[in-house]
Amino acid sequence: MKYMLLIHTDPAAPPSESMMGEYMTFTQGIIESGEFVAGDPVQGPETATTVRVRNGSTTTTDGPFAEVKEHMSGYYIVEVKDLDRALELAAKIPDARTSGVEVRPIMDMG
Amino acid sequence: MLREERGLVLASLIRSLGDFDQAEDALQDAAVAALEHWPRVGIPDRPAAWLLTAARRKAIDRARREKARGEKEEGAARAVEESPSPEPDDSAPFADERLRLMFTCCHPALSEDARVALTLRTLGGLTTPEIARAFLVPEATMAQRLVRATRKIKQAGIPYRVPSAAQLPERLLAVLAVVYLVFNEGYSASAGDTFVRRELCAEAIRLGRLLAELVPGESEVTGLLGLMLLHDARRSTRVDDRGDLVLLPDQDRSQWDNGQIAEGVTLVEAALRGSLGHPGRYALQAAIAALHAEAAVAADTDWPQIAALYGELERVLPTPVVTLNQAVAVAMADGPAAGLALVDQIDADVPLTRTHLFHATRADLLRRLGQHAASAAAYEVAYELAPTAAERAFLGRRLTEARAVASPPGL
Repeated sequence: MKYMLLIHTDPAAPPSESMMGEYMTFTQGIIESGEFVAGDPVQGPETATTVRVRNGSTTTTDGPFAEVKEHMSGYYIVEVKDLDRALELAAKIPDARTSGVEVRPIMDMG
Repeated sequence: MLREERGLVLASLIRSLGDFDQAEDALQDAAVAALEHWPRVGIPDRPAAWLLTAARRKAIDRARREKARGEKEEGAARAVEESPSPEPDDSAPFADERLRLMFTCCHPALSEDARVALTLRTLGGLTTPEIARAFLVPEATMAQRLVRATRKIKQAGIPYRVPSAAQLPERLLAVLAVVYLVFNEGYSASAGDTFVRRELCAEAIRLGRLLAELVPGESEVTGLLGLMLLHDARRSTRVDDRGDLVLLPDQDRSQWDNGQIAEGVTLVEAALRGSLGHPGRYALQAAIAALHAEAAVAADTDWPQIAALYGELERVLPTPVVTLNQAVAVAMADGPAAGLALVDQIDADVPLTRTHLFHATRADLLRRLGQHAASAAAYEVAYELAPTAAERAFLGRRLTEARAVASPPGL
């Protein structure tokens, strides 16, 4: 099954040098194990724009969809055998220690 | 008989069909077939195997019918046809299936409510209306909760397997927590249907025995079973004929179930031996329950030992509730002043301080210290907060007594 691991980051705790190193090691590890499908960091919430269409008219607003303290800072898509493995990988993501990683199964549209 | 085999067969079906709902439907069909066949031809030698085979055939039938109707339900038929052994010969694979299913039902990705309901429904063989009654929620709410849980299992890919060694300790604790929650729901005072509550305790103990059999030699598993047996041995003496709560020192010890206490004590000893010097929360609580159960009269209770065990429990489970219990034991061992000092260490902001237990404990310690006005005030708060009629009646009597002593009539 494919899962999206949504990384949430606490802006009060900026990533350290060693954390960046851990991310690289983690990514390398899941590429080698064949579980990596995709993954990228995204720019901060100050760069976010939200689009809503109501009755055919589009409203574009500055900022993320929901205002929360922790913001989505990146994602991985992994292909693993079940939720337990996805959770195991999520626990290895550095931000899991300071904020949290949300694990969502990707819908199989095949 | 049918009920006894249910969990066993269901676990196996869920495994082979990979779907809770299909498994339940198939088992339902097989049970109907059994009710038709067995009275005529007699109960088969291995009823579980008979039911499993019948249920698998029914699942294939159902899948074919639905396929014929043009719905895309090939999964079930394929899963059944691919399943390795249509004729199970021994009970070992069954045991494994049930353990796997237990980990699935108690998976931390499910809400706690859902874990409890799902465990009782699939492994406990309780019906949805029975579970709804036990937890005092409408039947439709409970049905919805179960549907949502089985749907998440399927969509989120919660596996049917015993977790990896790295995840096992956390997951085993999650399973034990669900079993203990079921037990406590049945054991806690007198809210709700008495019969269903007794059923919950029996079910929790049955699940505890099953776990002890499937995960042998695990200290906490043994400890939890011992703990439940020791508590349950006192069940009949906790409430009097009028439904009023009877505290431990006032319970009729001749009515305690000695056989069950002996079994509990043996399990506690095994749990402590198996803990290799680091007993966990259940082994420690069981050891405390054993010390209570072994005292022939309340005055014989080994309070210093109990206080020491609570001290250890506080290290592995540092919660205000444990501190409160420790305070009670310390008050018995070293006097009410020492106990009250511990109670006063509990942070005033924790939810425990908004329960009747906290205030009733304080009130009792203050009473024993001769601070009657303060005691009466604390009993009053406890009385207001008491959740059940039995507890309210008990605290109401204490409150009246405390008020009488604090300001004796006629003065």
